[in-house]
Amino acid sequence: MIPASFEYRRAGSVEDALGWLAEDPDSTKLLAGGHSLLPLMKLRLATPGVLVDVGRVPGLSYVRDAGDHVAIGALTRHRDLEISEVARAFVPLLAHVAGQVGDPQVRHRGTIGGSLAHGDPASDLPAAVLALDATMVADGPRGRREIAASDFFRGFLETALEPDEMLTEIRVRKAPSGWAFQKFNRRAQDWAIVGVAAVLDGDPRVALVNMGSTTVRARGTEEALAAGADAAEAADRASEGLEPSSDLHASAEYRRHLATVLVRRALVEAAAARG
Amino acid sequence: MRVTVTVNGTTETHDVETRMLLVHYLREIRGLTGTNIGCDTTSCGACTVLLDGESVKSCTLLAAQADGEEITTIEGMAAPDGTLHPIQEAFHRHHGLQCGFCTPGMVMAVASLLKEHPDPTEVEVREGLEGNLCRCTGYHNIVQAVLAAAHSGELVP
Repeated sequence: MIPASFEYRRAGSVEDALGWLAEDPDSTKLLAGGHSLLPLMKLRLATPGVLVDVGRVPGLSYVRDAGDHVAIGALTRHRDLEISEVARAFVPLLAHVAGQVGDPQVRHRGTIGGSLAHGDPASDLPAAVLALDATMVADGPRGRREIAASDFFRGFLETALEPDEMLTEIRVRKAPSGWAFQKFNRRAQDWAIVGVAAVLDGDPRVALVNMGSTTVRARGTEEALAAGADAAEAADRASEGLEPSSDLHASAEYRRHLATVLVRRALVEAAAARG
Repeated sequence: MRVTVTVNGTTETHDVETRMLLVHYLREIRGLTGTNIGCDTTSCGACTVLLDGESVKSCTLLAAQADGEEITTIEGMAAPDGTLHPIQEAFHRHHGLQCGFCTPGMVMAVASLLKEHPDPTEVEVREGLEGNLCRCTGYHNIVQAVLAAAHSGELVP
């Protein structure tokens, strides 16, 4: 499988990338690690006219302790996030989830910014940043703006990023304990049939992988926890208001069942880790 | 576009289509057909090569992304006199292959795995090879081969 023809440009800076994006935002795509976009291009589900390779833009691969939060450069590869001492100390959920994405080869190339901007509800990292109440930093022709994770994931492969904007940094509040991540799949490297990221440090937040057309929070579970419910009671409300899809991997009914089981396990694990 | 890539220590410059995948570049332009194309969907790992020492799936990279980089393929593992690399030797000795189609990708994935985990447990080996499928299901001996290679004392970290 070979992608449709495109013009390739290699950006040396964010300004390069934004300038080229502005020329024709609708038919220009940014390429970071390429592990979400290239498979789509090979299937001709994406046929950008211009591909702007931002993979070598300097200064966008870092995991930094920024006081009350951790700042992560959008071009940070999953492997670098997985082994980052700062991430492991202050946002261990994110380091753990980065180590669960795909397989080692994918983690050597894929980037957090690329994964989040792709907006696939079956991906693990969007659920992790949603549970961590992250803030996305986007640069564009109208300047820089911050987007809350809860406003970022809009629909299937759709985010709040405008076509002429570039995600440059992810800011995640510190949550050193009281977290858990659960996912269920049939083969080691597969996308999760259902996954759960839970953070009980502060207001309980529970985000779900593959339980709708976009990454979603388990609002029913969060409400139940806030009202003092135990893990099993809260987990029973995991798929409240959600419409998971049926596909060749699982029926919607099975996904709802998995969500209840995995949310319960995640809540028990997170509570034990909180001590 | 023009790309300059060092493959197994040899640097060459070629004009390629922007959409050319790294695996096609290696096989068709460089003539190195040891790297196999299996699933072509980033799943099976048969096309695994090293990019600056790290395992990557060459069906999911553009040749353009390898411009200026160093690639190692299975052809670059044995010594020039034909002496097998310790990982290859271990696969040979422990019968870590049946049909052999996944083997080049397995060996390259193992090279990267052992760089990150020089003294892996069996679980770390199994998880570290989650990106490589063996349709013969010969995983048991592959894992034994990797553990033997790690403990052979012949690997330069």
